[in-house]
Amino acid sequence: MWEYTEKVKDLYTNPVNVGKMENPDGVGHVGSVVCGDALTLYIRVKDNIITDASFETFGCGSAIASSSALTEMIKGKTVEEAEKIKNQDIVDYLGGLPNQKIHCSVMGSEALINAIADYRGEKPPVDDEHEGEIICQCMNITDVDIRKAVHEKGITNIDDMMESTGAGTVCGTCIPKIEDIIEEERGRCSIKDDRCCEEPMTNLQKIKKIEDAINSVIRPGLKRDGGDIELVDVQGDVVFVKLRGACSSCMSASMTLENFVQSELRKSVSKDIIVKHV
Amino acid sequence: MTMHVYLDNNATTMVAPEVLDAMLPFYREMYGNASSMHYFGGRVAKDMEKARHQVAELLGAENDFEITFTGTATEGDNLAIRGITSYYRDKKHVITSTVEHPAVLNLCRQLEKEGYRITYVPVDSNGVVDLQVLKEAVCDETAIVSIMHANNETGVIMPVKEIGAFLKEKKVPFHIDGVQAAGKIPINVQELNCDLYTISAHKFHGPKGIGALYVKKGTRMRPMIYGGHQEKGRRPGTENVPGIVGMGKAAEMALYHLKDMKALSSLRDRLQSEVLKRIPTSSVNGGGAERTPNTANITFEFIEGESILLHLDQKGVYVSTGSACSTGSLEPSHVLRAMDLPFSRIHGSIRFSLSRYTTDEEVDYALSILPGVIDNLLTISPFWDNEKKIGSIPQEG
Repeated sequence: MWEYTEKVKDLYTNPVNVGKMENPDGVGHVGSVVCGDALTLYIRVKDNIITDASFETFGCGSAIASSSALTEMIKGKTVEEAEKIKNQDIVDYLGGLPNQKIHCSVMGSEALINAIADYRGEKPPVDDEHEGEIICQCMNITDVDIRKAVHEKGITNIDDMMESTGAGTVCGTCIPKIEDIIEEERGRCSIKDDRCCEEPMTNLQKIKKIEDAINSVIRPGLKRDGGDIELVDVQGDVVFVKLRGACSSCMSASMTLENFVQSELRKSVSKDIIVKHV
Repeated sequence: MTMHVYLDNNATTMVAPEVLDAMLPFYREMYGNASSMHYFGGRVAKDMEKARHQVAELLGAENDFEITFTGTATEGDNLAIRGITSYYRDKKHVITSTVEHPAVLNLCRQLEKEGYRITYVPVDSNGVVDLQVLKEAVCDETAIVSIMHANNETGVIMPVKEIGAFLKEKKVPFHIDGVQAAGKIPINVQELNCDLYTISAHKFHGPKGIGALYVKKGTRMRPMIYGGHQEKGRRPGTENVPGIVGMGKAAEMALYHLKDMKALSSLRDRLQSEVLKRIPTSSVNGGGAERTPNTANITFEFIEGESILLHLDQKGVYVSTGSACSTGSLEPSHVLRAMDLPFSRIHGSIRFSLSRYTTDEEVDYALSILPGVIDNLLTISPFWDNEKKIGSIPQEG
């Protein structure tokens, strides 16, 4: 059961400004039966002041309360003043909403934007098709949002994802799910985009690329210090190498591997490469 | 005076007074550990074994030792499926249905991530599992088949007997999630030919936090948690003695009260037919199939389930809904979606679930409240024409 404030309960029990308006000056509609809530907002405007507002809602208790609250809030305001009302103002008017119900207030502010656009003879700007399955309920973030962030922003770990999208930053319950999605999306191209990752390499292609990088950049670099390198094996992203010559007994061999070989391979092959000395 | 009419018995039930009375001594003077060697603990073990027998009777099990007590039915479902799959490690295929409880569905989704192939058998428009698809899905790779006995949202009963007979022949382990069947319809695990059967005490007037898994003699499985010798190591951990004793008493009473189920079914039918008669926008989900005697899932079109629920709540009538807004996941009922119902019918669905304690007066009260609530919500719905008294849903996108 949701924890609703007294104001919310009062407004869904006895909503005000209910029903269709005859000859309104602006109508805004958002939502659909598919998403489970829909709202139609009617406004009457005289001398640039909203003199009357009413609504029809298909939705849950907080959707009804948010719609009703909105009509009360905009009456008597100029169109420009009303335009400034954000969903947070509706939440505040109601004394708060449960996290998972914040989207009900968003619906209200979106319907208002559409109603004002309609009054001005413009096209409704809000088309609220939310794609995908909601993963982070607190922040209302879908799997599609997370997948896009992987491909478009190149995010590969949970911390960067949280910082970038806000997903998982409130209660954190969804973090394993987010990690699963990141894992799924890495190295595959489900969302076409210019900056999106390339098709995954075959092992043969990967080994070829590694050899090329060793021959063209890494070996010449090591040879300058009297050393050499031999490629032993490639398992997934792990590259096993042997250092030869001066490098093989050098105390800073691991530093060399880490700093030079690995960074060169990451640059020219894949950013996931890990180099191991055998 | 406001009445309190509890019509959400598929969620949980009232603890029967006799059950609570049976439990209390085990919270007071009989607090011994059943594993102790001394009399003080040992006598508790006797009461626990009596409870095991009572549960075995409810399920029609051949032997008492086939009953393993668990913390919840979710745990029972997990133990059954994980227990089998981790024994038959080379078999990487599991069959279940699209309308299972999350305890089974989400486990199967996890198994998929671990490399298993899962067949989710579809249901027909009444919510009954497609027997033919299930039969065709069984192969040499199949580790286990898990199908519920009755659905929690619609009450629809699945063809588990046919499935059991088929799987016995194929020698594939069969688990039944019987949470919604226990205490509502007769159960006989031997006739059902199942290897595993899960139940939960709080669904049949027992306490919460105790369940049981029937494991047929000779079934090969591994435990999911490791510890002491309790429950023969199948489910180690100090036994929840008061819960077990309470579950035993509840099982005994549930078996006795099966005789009342015909009357309960008539009461449910009366509620259902009166709702359909008084409210033209209503329709029953799963009504064309055989159902548990206590459940009616009814859709009220053009309005949303949570708002119906909240208004009924204020009048003291307690129900549940399949609408997206009511669930923690904000996803509409996967069961009604699997039945291929349009979204407009899913979001406006209300589940009424009665119990043997539900009275005629309570049903009358609910019936007196409901039409007014539905009318009020239709008035404010953008999909309802208040003059013509008809509704219309724009094309679903």
